[in-house]
Parts: sequence; C-alpha cells; structure tokens
Amino acid sequence: MTSQNTQPELLSGGAMLIRALADEGVEYVYGYPGGAVLHIYDAMFQQHQVKHVLVRHEQAATHMADAYARASGKAGVVLVTSGPGATNAVTGIATAYMDSIPMVVICGQVMSHLIGDDAFQETDMLGISRPIVKHNMSVRRPEDIPYLVKKAFYIAQSGRPGPVVLDIPKDMTIPSQKFPYEYPKDIKLRSYNPNAKGHPGQIKKALATLLAAKRPVLYAGGGVILGRASDELTVLARKLNLPVTNTLMGLGAYPASDPQFIGMLGMHGSYEANQVMHNADVIFAVGARFDDRVTNATKKFCPDATIIHIDIDPASISKTINAHIPIVGLVKPVLQEMLHQLEKNKGELDQDALSQWWQQIQQWREVHGGRYDTSPSHLKPQAVIEAVHRHTKGDAYVTSDVGQHQMFAAQYYKFDKPNRWINSGGLGTMGFGLPAAMGVKLHYPEAEVVCVTGEGSIQMNIQELSTCKQYGLAVKIINLNNGYLGMVKQWQDMNYDSRYSSSYMDSLPDFVKLAEAYGHVGIRVTKAEELEPALERAFALKDKLVFLDIHVDPTEHVYPMQIPGGAMNDMFLSKTERT
Amino acid sequence: MRHILSVLLENESGALARVVGLFAQRGYNIDSLTVAATEDPTISRLTLVTRGDDQVIEQITKQLHKLIEVVKLADLSESAHIERELMMVKVKTTAEQREEVKRCADIFRGQIIDITASTYTIQVVGTSEKLEAFIQALNGTQILETVRSGVSGISRGERTLSL
Ligand SMILES: Cc1ncc(C[n+]2csc(CCOP(=O)(O)OP(=O)(O)O)c2C)c(N)n1
Ligand SMILES: [Mg+2]
Repeated sequence: MTSQNTQPELLSGGAMLIRALADEGVEYVYGYPGGAVLHIYDAMFQQHQVKHVLVRHEQAATHMADAYARASGKAGVVLVTSGPGATNAVTGIATAYMDSIPMVVICGQVMSHLIGDDAFQETDMLGISRPIVKHNMSVRRPEDIPYLVKKAFYIAQSGRPGPVVLDIPKDMTIPSQKFPYEYPKDIKLRSYNPNAKGHPGQIKKALATLLAAKRPVLYAGGGVILGRASDELTVLARKLNLPVTNTLMGLGAYPASDPQFIGMLGMHGSYEANQVMHNADVIFAVGARFDDRVTNATKKFCPDATIIHIDIDPASISKTINAHIPIVGLVKPVLQEMLHQLEKNKGELDQDALSQWWQQIQQWREVHGGRYDTSPSHLKPQAVIEAVHRHTKGDAYVTSDVGQHQMFAAQYYKFDKPNRWINSGGLGTMGFGLPAAMGVKLHYPEAEVVCVTGEGSIQMNIQELSTCKQYGLAVKIINLNNGYLGMVKQWQDMNYDSRYSSSYMDSLPDFVKLAEAYGHVGIRVTKAEELEPALERAFALKDKLVFLDIHVDPTEHVYPMQIPGGAMNDMFLSKTERT
Repeated sequence: MRHILSVLLENESGALARVVGLFAQRGYNIDSLTVAATEDPTISRLTLVTRGDDQVIEQITKQLHKLIEVVKLADLSESAHIERELMMVKVKTTAEQREEVKRCADIFRGQIIDITASTYTIQVVGTSEKLEAFIQALNGTQILETVRSGVSGISRGERTLSL
C-alpha cells in the first residue's frame, strides 16, 4: 500500500497487471501459460494475493470464470497466452457474451514490433473477439496497464454486463522495465454512461397499467439475477398478486416453491406459463429479452397484451416484440421506484378479475402439471432430478450442460434462490457444465455444487477432472446417460422419422473407471432402485468428487415443447398429445 | 428509407472496425461511410448512409450507441440538413465531345481538374442524387473511372452534433 508521502512503487508491466487485479479484489485467475504470458506468470509466482488455477484447456478457464461471475455477481478473470491459447478461449467468451456475464479475459500477444508479421502464435484476438465481447482493448504502453485493468472491470461489470478482452503484447510486461504504479480509484468515460434509473413518468404509467390489468403476468429474466433484484421483484409480485414466470436464465429470480410461480416459459416451458403468456392482457417483462426460444413465432405472440418492458439495454427493448411502455434502467432501482410509488398511491387492484384469472390458471396447472411416466420399469431423468433436489434440500448450486438433461434440470429442480442455476442459455455451449461447477465450488467450498450433464456434453471438457483433483473440487456430477445426443435425437424423432443421423455415440468410456483414473469416485446406476442409495452415498462423501453415471431411459423426450411456427401456447404435451 | 447517421467516435484504433463489424454482423447495409478526425483530434466524425424501415434504423442507432467508443450520434435525416458528396470522374473525350462534356460539367457546377489530350477529369460536389444525375448526363461519353467520397452531412440552422 502506498501512502500520501511515499513515492509510488515501481513495478514491471506484468507485476502491475497482477497488482491491479489484487487491488480490484480478484482472488482467483483461471488460465494456462505460454510464451506470450511468461512474464506475467513470473510476476504471478512472486506474490500471494492473486491465486492461479491451472486448467487443462483454456475453454474451461473461461467457463470457470463465467460461472464464478454468475454465482457471485463479480467479474471472473481469465489469463491465456496468444494464438491457440486465445482461440481456445473464444467459445467461453461467446458463452459469457450471450448471457451478459461480466468477465475480464487477459490474452497474451506477440511483441508489438512483430504484430502483423504472422509471427509465431500471433492471432488477431481483437479482431476475432470483437463480435463476442462487450469491449476489447490492447495495451500500447506498459504504464497504461493499471488504467486499462480498471477500465476493463468497469465496463465488464456495469450496465448490461459482458466480457472484456485485454490483449497484452509481450513487450508490455518485460520484468526489467518498471513504472510507477497507482491504481485508479474510479473511472469515468465520456462515451459510456451505464447507470440509468428509469424514467419516473414511464414507471408511473407502468404501475397504472398493472393495477388496471385483468389478466397480468410477470415475465422475469436473467436481468433480475444480474441486477440483484429478486427481493424487489418478489415483493412487487406479491403486492400485485401477479402470476410469475421465469425464463431459463431467470430461474430462481422468483422462488419456484411460491404459489404465484407458474414455471418456466418458452420452448420447454410449463403448459400454464405459456398459456398465461398467450392469454395475458398485460405482460410485465423485467430483465428479459423476448428471445426466440421464448416467443415462438413473433407474429402470433400474445395478441392481446400490452407490454411493459424494463431493461438496462435499450437495444433489447422493441427488438423482436414491440414494447408499449419501455423503461430503460437497471431493474433494481426501477422496481424500488415502483414499490415506492405503489406505497404512495395505494391504487386498487381489480380483485374480481384477478381471482377469475387465478381460477383459470389453476385449471391450466392441472392440464399437464409436469407429469411424466413414473412406472418403475425405467429410470426416468426427471425422477433423477427430483431425487437430487430432495438430497440437496433444493439448496445446491446446479450447473448444467446442454441438451435434454439441461431442460429436465430446469424444469424439475425447483430453484428458490437466485444465482443457483448456472447454465449456458444464450449460446447453448456443451462442455460448460463441469468447468462451471468447478468455478462455483472453488469460491463456495462449503456449498453443494452439482453438475447435471449428459454423456455427450461431459466429454467436451472431461479433461477437467484432472483440475478437480489438483484443487480438491468436490463437485457432484450427475451424468444423465441416455446413450444418445438426446436433444438431437428428440428432434430427429419428431421431424426426421427417427433417422438418427450421428446422434448415437458408440464406444462410450466406462465413466466409473474414468472417474477413478482421475482419482475420484465413480458410481454407476442402471436401475431405478439403485438411485436412492447411490445419491445417499455420493452426497455423504463431502470432500470427494463423485461421478454418478446414471443410465436413464433413452427414449424419453422433453415436454411440453412449443410447436415451431406456432403461438406461445401451441405445444406438444407428450409423444401423443398436443394442444 | 434512406438515413444519414452522424456519429462522434473516440479517435482510437479499432473503433471504426467495431462500427463496420456491427453492420456486417447484424446484416445492416451501408450505402456509404466516411470518417475523419474533427477539430478535436480525440474525436472522429463518421457519416454513414444506410437503409431500412423505422424498426431497423432504431435498432441500428441503439446498437451503435452500445459501442463503448461511440460518444454521440444523430440521424440527420430526421430534420433539415445539408448533405454533400464529392466525385471525380475521368472520361475519355474525342475532339468532338470535349466542348459538350465541358458544358455538361458547367451545368452541374463541376470543375475540370485535370486534362490530357484524350481525357478530362471532372470534379463534382453535391448530393448523391446530383452526382448520379451527372453520371446520367455523361451518357454517350466513355467513363474511364469514377471515385466518390461518400456522403458527409451536417444539420441546418443552429442545431449541432458536438460534445
Ligand atoms: C458445442 C456444442 N455442439 C453441439 C451442440 C448441439 N447440441 C445441442 S444438445 C446436443 C446433444 C447433447 O447430448 P448429451 O450431452 O448427451 O445430452 P442429452 O440431450 O442426451 O441429455 C447437441 C449435440 C451444442 N449445443 N453445443
Ligand atoms: Mg445424452
């Protein structure tokens, strides 16, 4: 620490980078070394504030950082070398970008004088990452490093969050070249002002519209979680007696066990959530973006609805669905203002209309109700998720990969808290689940962290079992092994007369032996009656990574499923029923 | 509908690539684009001509605003404005055509800025429409080369786009 009367300390570019991270409060950096970042790794070695986690593939480093951010709300930090190190990080950067996750990715680069010469391990990472970052920057002078680190965190974490790439040529970090170090306290950019509070007039209008509504619905997305506004949302929903649906990214924003919760909406949303949306007269969208996996055909979307839309990103408003009452602002202050106005105005709800609406909703709830075949002959993936929920008391951090297992986890693990459900909703990245679980476990070692995956997805980053051993990351892996790229197979069943073009994986490894080979515990479950004891044992092994290879019914499909090209409430309800 | 967007941009490397990339990535079209530093060397001004219905133009302006380096922007076509484009045309002229081409250039207030025994190079300034009309008017003359600056624009009256 420098005090008023001492000279700023002299540090090399590499040391300044690490010190700046420490000053930013960074505890862990996830990464992988290489030529262009050797100076930085050497600086890392010579201090103890910032710890480094050595992954086995750079993609995993990005997902670890990303999941840490999703669980904690703070930006995750990645450090990779130039060229292949940086390109391996691309999928993870895109994953974070699509879900608006704050992340700072530090990439090595070849020496400044070599840039443009096709030098060894040179890639134009600024060019490659441009469409998948909130911002990217390169270091031109070593003395700018503290400012650029501050700027990277500021941009990544404010407004609509997102990943920021910082490209650092090797000659910016030479150990012998030292500069006075000072970390900027705060930062202001004339071209970037992210803190909108929402227009009070618009908020008033929104409230009046909600009070007058006869068939309202609250549609809450990932923005509520990113904006830490679950409490405000819950209070407001209760005060206005609104049915609440969460998006895939918003699960946990409103407690799933609450009677006002009607489930997830969209492609694999609940029957009642999609019906409520379609028939609503007022849709109150909070931190959600009318994604195509939610709306189904936009032309048929919710014909009677007046749409109120709160979002920090004006570009998300009226992008696919026109908003009648747009409110640009951070969800938390906007909802606070709404609550405040509600206190003052004491507006009256249309109780008669609402109670009719709730009766209708009750009827819809009974139509499908998340039913699945519970006959004991087959081990059903849905039943596994429900059992995991029981064994973890609904309080685990659950990460997932992408496929049927992801949808089952979203539908059947009832999330009561925000930041607990961690999945790649926007990009749909297979390979996300395991590193994501690791990122969470590292920061919350006491918490139960479960990765729900499939035999396809887990193999996309299975090498990280080795990292788990090195850092003692005792996550529980629930491999819903159906022997197929199940989600692909489901589409082939439904649209291609069950021609399973490359959706069956032959020669799967013995996952139990594989887990053991990496130094972990593996348990196989092939029959329904083996499930309970296996989970019992797995969750009792507190400090062990347990890989549960659970052989589930390969013929199962995810339902409900919206019918492509239809309205929100056009759905398949099972293999034989549709709306 | 054709729109002329004026953008004040941090004069930093990569900023222009970000603007152009945005258009390519999201499938917006660019009719023309010009950019140069302003009286304040830390700020560039970019003029972009694009087409689209109201919803597309709204998305374009919102997406441009999201770029960290974009300081301010305006849709000039929303109010009274002046637009100018510069064009240089090199034409082949036979002895009989030379008088006619010169007269044509005069009508468009063009200037002949270079000559050889068999060519004229003519400079014309005006709206894009006017430049197109001039090319039409050269009908019958062999055009060897044209180069256009792309549109620059500024609001009429006291309205300004500045920091
Ligand atoms: C990296 C990547 N490649 C391809 C896909 C397309 N995809 C989506 S789901 C899926 C099948 C996943 O299979 P598995 O992990 O076994 O899960 P299941 O659907 O069987 O539960 C595929 C291939 C993807 N989402 N991500
Ligand atoms: Mg599978």
